[in-house]
Amino acid sequence: MTTQNRGTVKVENGRYRVTGNFHYAYPNEPIRDESGKLLGITNPADMTHIHAYGGEAPFFENLSNAKLLGTKCANPKCETYGSVYIPYRIHCPDCLMRNEEVDLTELARKGASVHTFMITERTGAFNTLEKPIRFVNVEFEGVSTILMGYLSIGEPEIGMKVVPIFQTKKPTFTIMDLSWVPAGTSAADLPEGFTF
Amino acid sequence: MIKFSKQQLKIPQMSKPVYLVTGGMSKFDRAIPEKRTEELVIDSFLEAAEFINKSPEELKQYIHSCYYGHFADHFGDQLLGEAVIHDRLGLDPLGNVGIKTGGATGGSTIWEAYKAVASGYSDTALAMGWERMDEVPTDEGNHYIASAADKDWETPLGHIYTGYYAVMAQKYWQVFGKEEESFRRTLAEIAVKNKGYARMNPHAQSPMKITVEDVLNSPIVAHPLRALDCCLMSVGASCVILADEKTAYEMTDNPLLLYSSAGSHTLRVADRRDMAIPLLPNESPDQYKDLGVRFPGGDRYPGFTGFLAARMAAYYAYGMAGIVDPTEDLDLVELHDAFTISDIQTYEDIGIRPYGEGRSYVESGDCYHTNPFTGQPGKLPANLSGGLIGCMHAVGATGIMQVIEVAQHIWGRWSEMHADEAKWKRFNRVKPDDWTDLQVKGAKRGLAISHAGVGSHVTATVLVHPDHQLKGRG
Ligand SMILES: [Zn+2]
Repeated sequence: MTTQNRGTVKVENGRYRVTGNFHYAYPNEPIRDESGKLLGITNPADMTHIHAYGGEAPFFENLSNAKLLGTKCANPKCETYGSVYIPYRIHCPDCLMRNEEVDLTELARKGASVHTFMITERTGAFNTLEKPIRFVNVEFEGVSTILMGYLSIGEPEIGMKVVPIFQTKKPTFTIMDLSWVPAGTSAADLPEGFTF
Repeated sequence: MIKFSKQQLKIPQMSKPVYLVTGGMSKFDRAIPEKRTEELVIDSFLEAAEFINKSPEELKQYIHSCYYGHFADHFGDQLLGEAVIHDRLGLDPLGNVGIKTGGATGGSTIWEAYKAVASGYSDTALAMGWERMDEVPTDEGNHYIASAADKDWETPLGHIYTGYYAVMAQKYWQVFGKEEESFRRTLAEIAVKNKGYARMNPHAQSPMKITVEDVLNSPIVAHPLRALDCCLMSVGASCVILADEKTAYEMTDNPLLLYSSAGSHTLRVADRRDMAIPLLPNESPDQYKDLGVRFPGGDRYPGFTGFLAARMAAYYAYGMAGIVDPTEDLDLVELHDAFTISDIQTYEDIGIRPYGEGRSYVESGDCYHTNPFTGQPGKLPANLSGGLIGCMHAVGATGIMQVIEVAQHIWGRWSEMHADEAKWKRFNRVKPDDWTDLQVKGAKRGLAISHAGVGSHVTATVLVHPDHQLKGRG
């Protein structure tokens, strides 16, 4: 069974234009018990979905430019006017006005610290992170929320200072393009494809 | 939102009281390859009918609308599985709807059926929940569960939901547990208790006679959580029948008053903003002023340590049922022990203990059927079913199973439903020689908490014997 020519998508005139294969068909196989009795079948599935980033697209695009973008409520009438959000929120959760984009890269480089973390050997199917994985939840001075990410170097601790690194050389345009390392890590030690 | 309006804090006022009439459960197990989901669903329905001495056909005559809890279509690879079940139960052409709120699906299903009866839409409603988590291998199952986190911001990170929760556990462990060995042992005690109670439950998937040391020596999942601290992945079904007063008393002599409420919080823990702690009736405005002093790092609420959704669900339900202090006013609880540490967090969220002091509910012995220090009945026994750690977590069925378990105590029929040799045999399970009757003597009121993942949805269901209603109910 071939999985060549896997599907790709472009948008032209506001429409999705797809080329290639978005699914591959495999035969079912019977499931039997020790006695040979039929109990069921396997249902193989290999399918590609299309997913719109919409208003969050600038965030994912800019990771590849080594930029960490958040947003801010810019509605002076809002009760939580000026609140800064990362994860990037397109709209303010209170007034629902469109938030303003803010570049948090410098703030993150200066003032990010680990709010909490976890280390595990366990992962699910499709995981691409090296094990054990180390999640860090990063808090920034003056930001309302706490961003989850993964630590690429060192052992996490609550309160430890970390800085963002970005997969700028071969970006995937996913959250995986953003990782964290302890403050003071040298550029030479960064994982392949990543820069400060 | 981080501030609430008067309208949002309204204690729900239902048009009429709602009663729990009966409930039933299937066997629960990690895999049940010999049965289709509909067979498990029918097993649970038959038990519910038999419980009130009705034939399935007689019971069906009362049902007017149906609420189906089934969380993960992905697992069974069948969209609109609810419609399949509805047909197999022979309940077409009655109205039905599927409900999904992650781990809280079972509780939410009851919440929906409750409102249908309370509003007068239906005199009798069926709330049925199921899950079948055996139709993909564990790895793929983990990926599917992780798909219930934010697909863009979280799922790609390891495809492992436990990890998204474990960061909360870590924070609680360090701030409120102070990384104390004694706290770690208290966590382990919860697993020992729940696995042990599961031994008395023929439905339960993971009965185990273990020690604190066994838990502490089980494989690490994500420090401080170990394998025996974690809930099960299960297959099975459970259902309840809710009715208005007149119909309930037509169907049975002994229906229980039921109150149901729900709360929510952001799917990503990342998005939780700092706010004031909403207070429950047994708390005072100044009691948390020094929380950050007593527990350095614990001043951010709900931060990564509290489940605001649970607090809100409790706030509404306590108001509806007239509960002031859950430890005084309730006789037992079934809590969503997805992890031993989230169990402790929940004690605080629902006011069994104040924030920061959850561990004392275990350490006092209050949470046991029989307090191990005094030999007297525990003040507020928790998870006598075995909970999610010992009995099951067949997601859509979990919250319903909890309500049935609580109800059987109030009905005084727990022993009958758990001692039955025929049932043990039918489930191909061996009843232990030291089987113990866990009936909570004289139970009049109980609570079940159904909870999703990192706390996106939580429901609270309160059961009250009609002769023992509390004053001050909403
Ligand atoms: Zn705003």
